[in-house]
Amino acid sequence: MILNEKNVRTLTTWLAQNRVLLAVGTAFSLLLTAYLFSCSHQTTAVAIAIPDEVDYNFHIRPILSDNCFKCHGPDANKREANLRLDTEADAYAALKDNPKAHGIVPGDPLQSVVWQRITTKDTADLMPPVNSNLKLTGHQVALIEKWIRQGAKYKPHWAFIAPQLPKLPQVDDDEWPRNEIDHFTLAKMTEMGLKPNEEAQKERLLKRVSLDLTGLPPSLDLQKRFMADQSETAYEKVVDELLKSPHYGEKMAISWLDVARYADSHGYQDDGLRTMWPWRDWVIHAFNQNYGYDQFLTWQLAGDLLKGPNNTPPTKEMLLATGFNRNHKITQEGGVIDEEYRIEYVTDRTNTVGKTFLALTYECAKCHDHKYDPILQKDYYSAFAFFNQVPEKGLFGTIDASFADPPNMKISDQDVKDLLRFVNKKDTASVMVMVMKDRDTLRPTHILRRGNYDQPADEVTASMPKFIMPFDAKRYPQNRLGLARWMTDPKNPLTARVFVNRIWQEFFGRGIVKTVGDFGMQGELPSHPELLDWLAVDFRTHQWDIKRLVRQIVLSATYRQSGVISEDKRLKDPENVYLSHAPRLRLPAELVRDLVLASSGLLNPEIGGPSVKPYQPKGLWEVATSGRGSLARYVQDHGTALYRRGMYVFIKRTVPPPSMLLFDASNRDQCEVKRSRTNTPLQALAMLNDPMVLESARVLAEKLMLEKTTTDEKINKAFRLILCRTPREKELSVLQHYFADEKSAFTTTPKKAVNLLAIGETPPAHLADKATTAALMQTLLMIYNLEETIML
Amino acid sequence: MNEYIENRLTVNRRHFLGKMATGIGSLALGSLLVPDLFRGSGEEVDGFPLGMPHFAPKAKRVIYLFQNGAPSQYESFEYKPLLNKLAGQDLPASIRNGQRLTGMTANQAKFPLVGSHFQFKQYGQSGMWVSELFPNIARIVDDVCMVKTMNTEAINHDPALTFLQTGAQQGNRPSMGAWVSYGLGSDNKNLPAFSVLLSRGKGNGQGVYSKLWTNGFLDSTHQGVVFSSGEEPILYLNNPEGTDRTARRKMLDNLAELNNLAYDDFGDPEIKAKVQQYEMAYRMQTAVPELTDLSKEPDHIIKLYGPECLVPGTFAANCLLARKLSEAGVRFVQLYHQGWDQHGNMVGEMPLQAKDTDRASAALITDLKQRGLLDETLVIWGGEFGRTNYSQGTATKDNYGRDHHPRAYCTWMAGGGVKPGTVYGETDEFGYNIVRDPVHIHDFHATVMHLMGLNHERLTYKHLGRRYRLTDIAGKVLPGLMA
Repeated sequence: MILNEKNVRTLTTWLAQNRVLLAVGTAFSLLLTAYLFSCSHQTTAVAIAIPDEVDYNFHIRPILSDNCFKCHGPDANKREANLRLDTEADAYAALKDNPKAHGIVPGDPLQSVVWQRITTKDTADLMPPVNSNLKLTGHQVALIEKWIRQGAKYKPHWAFIAPQLPKLPQVDDDEWPRNEIDHFTLAKMTEMGLKPNEEAQKERLLKRVSLDLTGLPPSLDLQKRFMADQSETAYEKVVDELLKSPHYGEKMAISWLDVARYADSHGYQDDGLRTMWPWRDWVIHAFNQNYGYDQFLTWQLAGDLLKGPNNTPPTKEMLLATGFNRNHKITQEGGVIDEEYRIEYVTDRTNTVGKTFLALTYECAKCHDHKYDPILQKDYYSAFAFFNQVPEKGLFGTIDASFADPPNMKISDQDVKDLLRFVNKKDTASVMVMVMKDRDTLRPTHILRRGNYDQPADEVTASMPKFIMPFDAKRYPQNRLGLARWMTDPKNPLTARVFVNRIWQEFFGRGIVKTVGDFGMQGELPSHPELLDWLAVDFRTHQWDIKRLVRQIVLSATYRQSGVISEDKRLKDPENVYLSHAPRLRLPAELVRDLVLASSGLLNPEIGGPSVKPYQPKGLWEVATSGRGSLARYVQDHGTALYRRGMYVFIKRTVPPPSMLLFDASNRDQCEVKRSRTNTPLQALAMLNDPMVLESARVLAEKLMLEKTTTDEKINKAFRLILCRTPREKELSVLQHYFADEKSAFTTTPKKAVNLLAIGETPPAHLADKATTAALMQTLLMIYNLEETIML
Repeated sequence: MNEYIENRLTVNRRHFLGKMATGIGSLALGSLLVPDLFRGSGEEVDGFPLGMPHFAPKAKRVIYLFQNGAPSQYESFEYKPLLNKLAGQDLPASIRNGQRLTGMTANQAKFPLVGSHFQFKQYGQSGMWVSELFPNIARIVDDVCMVKTMNTEAINHDPALTFLQTGAQQGNRPSMGAWVSYGLGSDNKNLPAFSVLLSRGKGNGQGVYSKLWTNGFLDSTHQGVVFSSGEEPILYLNNPEGTDRTARRKMLDNLAELNNLAYDDFGDPEIKAKVQQYEMAYRMQTAVPELTDLSKEPDHIIKLYGPECLVPGTFAANCLLARKLSEAGVRFVQLYHQGWDQHGNMVGEMPLQAKDTDRASAALITDLKQRGLLDETLVIWGGEFGRTNYSQGTATKDNYGRDHHPRAYCTWMAGGGVKPGTVYGETDEFGYNIVRDPVHIHDFHATVMHLMGLNHERLTYKHLGRRYRLTDIAGKVLPGLMA
């Protein structure tokens, strides 16, 4: 076990947090805290070994970027002492105020001012400066020393070099790999002294892949068929069946809606209704039709600039796709300054596109040059210029003035009949959707000083930074269509990598690059760089085929492993970076709801349409509203609308649905590429007391009661519906005893049974034996609350 | 000792949970309150421990009585008789000095100055000026540090509220309370560190938004938890009809037994953590209602806060609840009282808003003081910006309105290490510009953090390549505010 400062800190912190509660008592733990502080200084002595060959990208740049570039990096305005350390030439150059000295002298740490300054005992000279609150560890200093000694070789940032298709690594065990992915993961495991887990049990694998691909648990019928199919290709057949399901598009859309900050209200203070849901229906459709990612991207960025068939104007579907860039919040606050908000919308688009398609923290260059990445403020506004051409207003009107501010498009019944068949329009009224459009005349774009809307400086033209890939105005039109072409150019180093990385995250809980929204200098390095490149190139050269990529992932042996975590693996690779077992991941918020409703049979599987308002604790909207507009009050739906999938629950931005937020869903305020996964008592309360869960338990209990089966059979069936596997003896026995106890309790207090069964708007089944039904309902509620139930 | 450390230490949350789960009952607390500790590399804090102050704190807890909509300083705590004298005259351009205006008054031909309709008097040893609308606050002025020079950058409600609560006008940044939860954790293992209470006044309202109490990029366990003194004090707390505590206990015992079987199969420490979360939920089910039940408060307390404090959802009820939550160890209690946006009908609405808030605000200070808690509890009272010294629309003899004014406004603080009985900062005779000791929002944040024992420059969180903090890249601690 290696002891480093981070570990010590973790324990120290933990102890500090819990010191009053520790059994050993405050005094002791304070003592311990003090001890740990004192020993944290010695830990460098036992630090991780220094590699034989120190690599700039993997070892040095993360240290320099995090500690030095803020003052000695790309931002020329804030550069201290004229010293720049992010490029080789600048770092080697003679110092401006002392031409005899050089920041870095390759091969000679002692002559390198950088080395002198990071090791000096003089706190006035020490780098990073004491008041920066940054401090290099002994290990970091040792790495820098060795790197300089070995010649201080700089390398370009990995993410800005276009990926090449790497060779498959050799592996000793050629039995295990099922496809290319596995060669990469197995090679890495071997390198780290790990071995893959065995394949997951069939039932568990089916649950995982079914939820991963459709967001729904496997039906009993599918469970039966899969278990009975002993052929080699049984799993493959199931995967192909699931990929054909229309629910595949829904599942894939969920994370895209986070990225696209989709919501059903405008946000900001009055937070009125908007009708962007036809755009959401398009996203589902696009995934189901398996549009190539190049088309998916191009239509969303620039559908309005495309040509329809035979040189006609863009189709309504192309236009609808551009709603992506209108999903940002829009103010309806009377009295706002129009231009301030118009600029805000363009800013949101610029930031969203940067993060979504390029995984760059563009927003950091809005007010000044980027501190870490070579994005200049000029680059920011050059990208901004693409989105600055919309004929729009900062404030179109106050509350309920419009559900879709111009530019917009109308979707009529005829449109739905002709082309937009996937739009689930519920009535004959046409619906308005916000879309993109460029003005007839070019709106000049200026750099905004400090990012302020009223401080324009130099004018810029639409372009993208050269360090990613030159934006050749001869090849690409200088508009959003040109931007889309530039992004999907085979030489673009980021687009494919960024997308495959996010898809990977969907299935493994973390990206190959863990910082899925930041491929820049401050982002994490890929855990499997060759695999990332292989996936990216393979994806691009196979027509950006998303379904194919997903299929590859779920068919891999890596994906099929069991989730068992051995002590050894937990110690060697606590975060499971090297994927020697399947990750055990809690379902995303929407899928918690889907699983409960689907297993009880209550789920209304309808796809798309206006969002719905299911049960919600009283008064949440009312207490927070300004009192204006159609969303001042929460008017709950009834009937089958109560049982729609989680992704259709109405998102009012200022008061997002509580059951979703509790399970870490996005509030859709801004583009979000990764959700956290917490485990809290508030989630426990929701699973135990949310009427949606209670009603599901009640309805399923009633259904089972109507079947002519034994109690054991009923429990067994419920278990298979909810956990998607057969219970083991021990589990069944706990459940049987619990059921029997509950039954006798309810028999003595029949009123309680009646009260318990009264939950929810689904009409009650006519069952004489309320005590038994209530006992079964309690048993099912318990099954819903098992840890495993909402885990993949 | 070394062996102990070596056995226990690993960065990973899952592993950590696994090691600790069985031994220590407070595990659930750690996971609920400071899960960031258990994160992997790259997202941890540089060189200082979370969960404890950086230096000795003056205040252990904060109660923030946010007056949402921006109460007018001229009808409350900013006495400017010149405005009465010059009533009807145009605001001199030299005073306005290029200040931008909202769309609501930008097109007004004139900016007629208007003085307070309400009388001012001096109170207490400190001789602080308070309007007749706040007779109770007038009685506690010697405990109050009145800041006259708060100033902000935003001119509309949403960005101004967001700025004051999160340190940025736009963007999903963590709220003040979330930062404090992240930095200090909770003092009560059955309650969240950051609680939110909402109430609505009778005046023109602007709504509140959950992004004001968001965790932003911090772990969602730092999100403000909304409490009420009503039937269900927090979401989904109550057992369903037909289930009682005994039945729940039985279910949880069986649940734990089944979950432990799964743990034997998978060896995943998250399973153990889950069992602990259910136990904490169970404890919260008794701890929270006991705390939020105001009906058992003694008579003298009800008298102090006023009879309205027994009506759930009123500002008075929330003040009393805030005291109880704070006393129980909740680090940051954030109230929002809506209805302060008097663009018109100042004379009609301002007294109603004042009536809603005056008695209970003062009662809270008195109550904390009599319990010996005021010293360690920082109470803050104020809105997101101020209001203009000229009338929005025409000022009649009986009524007028005021538009938004970001350059200077009043906020008061009490307890928790602030200087009592003092006025901080000064505006010109028009109340329009600051002449001495400005308090920018970032300075205000830096100072509050300092009072809590946190260095605002060191309480950072690395997100998407950058270390973020509540004060962004600015903020000065203001010693003049502190005792």
